Amino acid sequence: MSAWAGSAHLKIRHGISYFMLGLAGLCALVVVGALFYILGYLMKNGGTSINLDFFTQLPKPVGETGGGMANAIVGSMKLLLLASLIGVPVGVIGGIYMAEFSGKISAFILQYTADLLNGVPSIVIGILAYTLVVLPMKHFSAIAGGFALGIMMIPITLRSTEEFLRGVPLALREGSMALGASKWRTIVSVVLPAAYRGILTAILLSLARVAGETAPLLFTALNNRYWSPGWNQPIASLPYMVWNYAISPYDDWHRQAWAAGLVLLAMVLLTNIVARVVLARGSNAMPR
Amino acid sequence: MATATTAGKSAGPRAAPRSFSARLMDGDQVAHLITFIFAASIMLITVLLVIVLWNHSVLPRNKFGLSFFTGRVWDPVAEQFGALPFVYGTLVTSALSLIIGVPLGLGAAIFLAELAPPKISDGLTFIIELLAAVPSVIYGLLGIFVVVPFVRTGLAPWLIRHFGFLPIFKGPCYGVSFLAAGLVLAIMIVPFIVSVSREVLLAVPRDQREAALALGSTRWESTWKVVVPFATTGILGSVFLAMARALGETMAVTMVVGNVTEIKTSLLAPGYSIAAVIANEFTEATGEIYLQALVELGLVLFLVTFVLNGLARLLILFTAQRGGTT
Repeated sequence: MSAWAGSAHLKIRHGISYFMLGLAGLCALVVVGALFYILGYLMKNGGTSINLDFFTQLPKPVGETGGGMANAIVGSMKLLLLASLIGVPVGVIGGIYMAEFSGKISAFILQYTADLLNGVPSIVIGILAYTLVVLPMKHFSAIAGGFALGIMMIPITLRSTEEFLRGVPLALREGSMALGASKWRTIVSVVLPAAYRGILTAILLSLARVAGETAPLLFTALNNRYWSPGWNQPIASLPYMVWNYAISPYDDWHRQAWAAGLVLLAMVLLTNIVARVVLARGSNAMPR
Repeated sequence: MATATTAGKSAGPRAAPRSFSARLMDGDQVAHLITFIFAASIMLITVLLVIVLWNHSVLPRNKFGLSFFTGRVWDPVAEQFGALPFVYGTLVTSALSLIIGVPLGLGAAIFLAELAPPKISDGLTFIIELLAAVPSVIYGLLGIFVVVPFVRTGLAPWLIRHFGFLPIFKGPCYGVSFLAAGLVLAIMIVPFIVSVSREVLLAVPRDQREAALALGSTRWESTWKVVVPFATTGILGSVFLAMARALGETMAVTMVVGNVTEIKTSLLAPGYSIAAVIANEFTEATGEIYLQALVELGLVLFLVTFVLNGLARLLILFTAQRGGTT
């Protein structure tokens, strides 16, 4: 009797076990499905609205159909170039300090600060760029937008560069120093070459991250319906255009928002995949 | 010559055999200094952020004090700034996203850490990390054209029919609402919960699982009663991380929340959030005190996310060290 009751109890327990584990599997399925849903939906809506004009034409005024976002694509590129001028050198060289020179305590403090800075909402970084660049210049500009994105790149590049450098085996460093090379010589001719794929990955990932940022551009780079020559004027960018066109009341603009969204997403995801799979796989210094 | 002797003296009798200038010639000290300056820029930016936000929000802080956060009237023309509707909207949308996102993320993390074979787990984790890389404006785009219509025509009528007696599901729904914002935010924060929780779960020592199984517990019981409690602090860390992200999210929220300065109990009503009001009104802010009121909102956002992220990192670090014995 009691044995039978025991086995029934056990059956229930196993039933619960399978049910709950199945539920966990379902959660994973939903989350993974979300990415494919986003991808599929953008391909469906963006794919039908994308054409050659999108890449070569300027935006048309309200009411006229057609036109493209050539200026926004170039604008995004220019903003990213400016951002990397700040983010890459500061991030990579800072990362070298963290991995090669820092003591235990200074490393912890800097890592902690970098992680916190990384978590600061991007709109707040926008306020910083506004007060530091836009207010003194008295107008919105590509420089201000690039500055905001560059600030955002620094903690990301710095932390991942550090991790990739820490992945370089100690024996390589010791070998170089044993041959009489100084520390910086070792870093430049042994450590950095060994980790260059990793550093490239770090740069690409941080670029992909800031390429999609809209909030810090709202009141720094603003927008521009025409070409923006030089670096000193408001400039259009893909994420800003997605936002601007999506909240507009015009159907034709909505179509273009989908197209811009698809181009943006493709750029960001491709960069991510290239950085993580192709580059990181060939690296002999993978973090984690 | 003179500098060389003073350098030699100050180095003292127990100093390294090489003088300061010799080490300088090697370049190590120089490299150390230069790289340090670059790394320290992180601290500089953080300090600068605090100073800028603080200095540019003097006017509203002096004029309104704490009533800035309890006032319900946001009237830039009358220079009356009460931020309660924005604070309320931010809290409601973030709480909603956590209620939906945490069980979903934790479930997925349990599956990836405990059940899935390593290869499949790695593949799925890669896909989920890609989800974290999707720009927030894309989430907003899908929010406007997918989530908002779904809430208006599907979810809200169903909720009103079955749970309409609850004050949180009252009234008409036009789609743009706290609920829509919460749903979009939930999907956005899930990747953060999954990737951190999964790692924390994987760090739980193997003996813990084996001991539970040897005592006769089922697979789920060993997971839920032994592994998850062992990793609680780390999971809590991932939740804080996700919460900070939800509080500060700008684009996706402003695109689906409705941008209405009202405090409604109903989740189906439109509202506003701190980040959204900064995004929408900053370029149009005329008058010094208006702009500074928006900067003060930015300061609040900065401080809250800073503290949350700080706590999260400490919790994750703590768990990693405890589980790191394996």
